[in-house]
Amino acid sequence: MKPGFLIAWIIAAVGLLVCPFLVLSAPLEQSMGFVQKIFYYHVPSAFADFAAIYVCGVASVMYLFKRKPNVDAWAITAAELAVLFGAITLVTGSLWARKAWGVWWTWDARLTTFALCELIFVAYLLVRNYGGPGSESLCAGLAIFGCIDVPIIYKSVSLWRTLHPKAEVVRTLDPAMKPAFYASLVSIFALFIALFYLRLSVERRRVALDELYLAAEEADAKEQA
Amino acid sequence: MRSLRLAMLLLWKDLALEWRSRDVLGLMFFFGTLVVLVFSFAFLSAGHTTSDVVSGILWSATLFSGTLGLERSAEHERETLRALLLTPTPPAAIFLGKVASMVIFMLAAEALVLFFGALFFGVPLVSQGGKLAALFVLGTIGFAAVGTVFAIPLSRHQSGAKDLLLMALLYPIILPIVIAGTRGTAALLDEIPDLDAVSYWLRFLAAFDVLFVVASVWVFGWVIEERT
Repeated sequence: MKPGFLIAWIIAAVGLLVCPFLVLSAPLEQSMGFVQKIFYYHVPSAFADFAAIYVCGVASVMYLFKRKPNVDAWAITAAELAVLFGAITLVTGSLWARKAWGVWWTWDARLTTFALCELIFVAYLLVRNYGGPGSESLCAGLAIFGCIDVPIIYKSVSLWRTLHPKAEVVRTLDPAMKPAFYASLVSIFALFIALFYLRLSVERRRVALDELYLAAEEADAKEQA
Repeated sequence: MRSLRLAMLLLWKDLALEWRSRDVLGLMFFFGTLVVLVFSFAFLSAGHTTSDVVSGILWSATLFSGTLGLERSAEHERETLRALLLTPTPPAAIFLGKVASMVIFMLAAEALVLFFGALFFGVPLVSQGGKLAALFVLGTIGFAAVGTVFAIPLSRHQSGAKDLLLMALLYPIILPIVIAGTRGTAALLDEIPDLDAVSYWLRFLAAFDVLFVVASVWVFGWVIEERT
């Protein structure tokens, strides 16, 4: 086991055990009350989602340039994590919206952008799973367009009413809330890195296994010839 | 210049092929009309409906008939693509030729859809024709560009679910076109047209087109490369 992988797992495990206590001890936000505590999981998950989306985009560009299965393994790993952290963000956001705005969902700019990003990466996984051989490069194209699309989708829906709190919330956070927030941020990013390592090693083994199968088939064919 | 000349030649090939077979356009006309009719039955009550609904119907018909056209047109290319790639034709020329023919086919189908829109819902083709045409032309360019990037490589794909894969790849990406197109058209179809909103969405579509046509030329070259 690589030391980086082990450290990430330890930080994630300790962090996720300690975080609930830090979040609980952080002061209550005046207008939102207890429900504001979702913020400590919601925002770091959204950051991890964007990290995954752009890792997938960069890996996809590199894959189309170099055509190396190793780079493709990075792209698919990042796409799966984008879907996972996107789903966590959407679910926690929806819970918060129900309490704060009285609805589970609203077509606000940020929410719509997020839902469409999630859709793009679900499509990525669908095409990878059902597309068969050759779907790697198509999916790489999809991921590149997905990365370009994120700011455009945001712009396209920004004319609609934005209910979502502004990004300055993080910068203007009450100092007493900061330890819980940053602890949560570090833990969720550590979890992201740990899962990334794990999924990447599974994918690399799958690629190695495929190569072995191919080599075995070729050897069989040669023997029969 | 050479690429443009080659793209024009490929466009000419597609138009000549279509003139003889009427394969793609026939299907697009039929399907576009069908979508408008089905939605008319569903949404038209007491002879009138709102601008949002009409705009949604027109753009749904455009998208669905466009997707069908893309699949059909790419299917024609399946056999010729390998031969084309063996020639010194740059992928950008193949791409531009295909996008140009798709834009022409889609605009023809959209003209029919808008005609039915005028017939059933009183879409003001005469008074707002210019702006309506601009919205549809800009939307079509973006759609055809992104669609071609995926439809052409998919046509040579081994999977049986090519149609489904094309929709899965294409629709999430072109959603900004759908949003801009439907919002712009709805603003134009309001009783008092909101021309500021229309010009905003037109500029938005133009910016989207520039970005996506450039990205599409770039990505198409890479995606098609592996299949040679």
